[in-house]
Amino acid sequence: MKQVEVTLNVNGKDTTLTIPPRMTLVDCLRDELRLTGTHVGCEHGICGACSVFLDDEPIRSCLMFAVQAAGHRITTVEGLLNEDGSLSDLQDSFWECHAMQCGYCTPGMLVASESLLAENPDPSEDDIREAISGNLCRCTGYQQIVEAVQMTAKRRREGAANG
Amino acid sequence: MKAAAFDYVRASSVDEICRLLADAGDEERKIIAGGQTLVPLMAMRMARPDMLIDINDVAELAGINDHGDHVSFGAGTRQRAIERSDIVSDRLPLVAKAVRNVGHQQTRNRGTIGGSIVHGDPSAELPMAALALEATMILRAVSGETEMPIDGFFEAAMVTNIEPEQLLTEIRIPVWQDARIGTGFHETSSRQGDFAIVAAAAQVALAEDGKVTRAAISVGGAAPSPVKLHGLEAALIGKSADGFQDIIALVDEEIDAETDVHATAEYRRRVTRKLVSRAIDDAIAEAGK
Repeated sequence: MKQVEVTLNVNGKDTTLTIPPRMTLVDCLRDELRLTGTHVGCEHGICGACSVFLDDEPIRSCLMFAVQAAGHRITTVEGLLNEDGSLSDLQDSFWECHAMQCGYCTPGMLVASESLLAENPDPSEDDIREAISGNLCRCTGYQQIVEAVQMTAKRRREGAANG
Repeated sequence: MKAAAFDYVRASSVDEICRLLADAGDEERKIIAGGQTLVPLMAMRMARPDMLIDINDVAELAGINDHGDHVSFGAGTRQRAIERSDIVSDRLPLVAKAVRNVGHQQTRNRGTIGGSIVHGDPSAELPMAALALEATMILRAVSGETEMPIDGFFEAAMVTNIEPEQLLTEIRIPVWQDARIGTGFHETSSRQGDFAIVAAAAQVALAEDGKVTRAAISVGGAAPSPVKLHGLEAALIGKSADGFQDIIALVDEEIDAETDVHATAEYRRRVTRKLVSRAIDDAIAEAGK
């Protein structure tokens, strides 16, 4: 198997790896870097479970080969944690609203929602549904996910107003 | 669901890409930009290139520029950049409406206009809009540059008239100079952002009396390739908002609807007539404002 050397910047840390070009970014994150928070579902760009940030924009990491990510910053769901390792406010709201059942879609939902909140601090329900429209929840627990995003948005706005 | 092995080259210039394509010999060499169509095809082993030439680092292949009578798009321009572009919303409102129906935020962040066009997915929205507006494509090879009209480029489902040694570098979409222009775009899919079962795009120009003086209409998803409805466009000239329903049946003569797992041919024909009608309605109403 053909192998290439590549340096990836993931959650602020550089790692140099020797991998085959055909390895997708999600397989590299999970199997080489052991960052198993990012889930791999359909492997052809439908389910959204593998969503990660590439230079602050959410992408599907099953539709990118890891070699292509050299020179970019990748942030996974692990990178959303607070610096002290505690859950971020968004992750906390998912917990509080019970915005997960089996948890398979959760990392992708968190990435899609965090991207929306970064761009739009006061999203409507339609905005939220559009933002997570590329992420499938096979438990169909969408309502609680929408509520968790609304809760986070509200708390961030209140925090900003009081801060 | 894993791609077969391939060699990977990150290209740094258009000349380098063209040389790599020209030197392919017996190998299959494919361009990768956003990868949002190609990577699924590779995962399903419907594509098995020997080499991938990554063009994402070639800055001259991305960007949106207003040239007055047309807007040019570098082939590697992301769908997300098109969605966010003021030039596109001001100058090409039909493209702005179309791009909102393309995939999801995660795929628009990577997917490119050039990739949408060269793959020839029959349900892709950007090729439809570009076809309606009679875009010109700029293709480069070692032997030089070729300009090709988009009408006739789409051969069959996922088959286009690009030669293996050619690179699509730019898409030029004409900007109408007419005073009163309106656009409409309608799509039906299983979920918002999914592949279109049928989509319809329309742009019209109106005279002072509200009659259509110019029309551009295309449909996607209905047939194995996006289709420009030349017959309906011609028949629409001189019509007004309440006077075009009798010519909508012309749609049936111009599309060769197919049955697949998503919908029957008859369903596609019926939905196509309805969506084309709605798109024209919207376009005339918007132009009349």
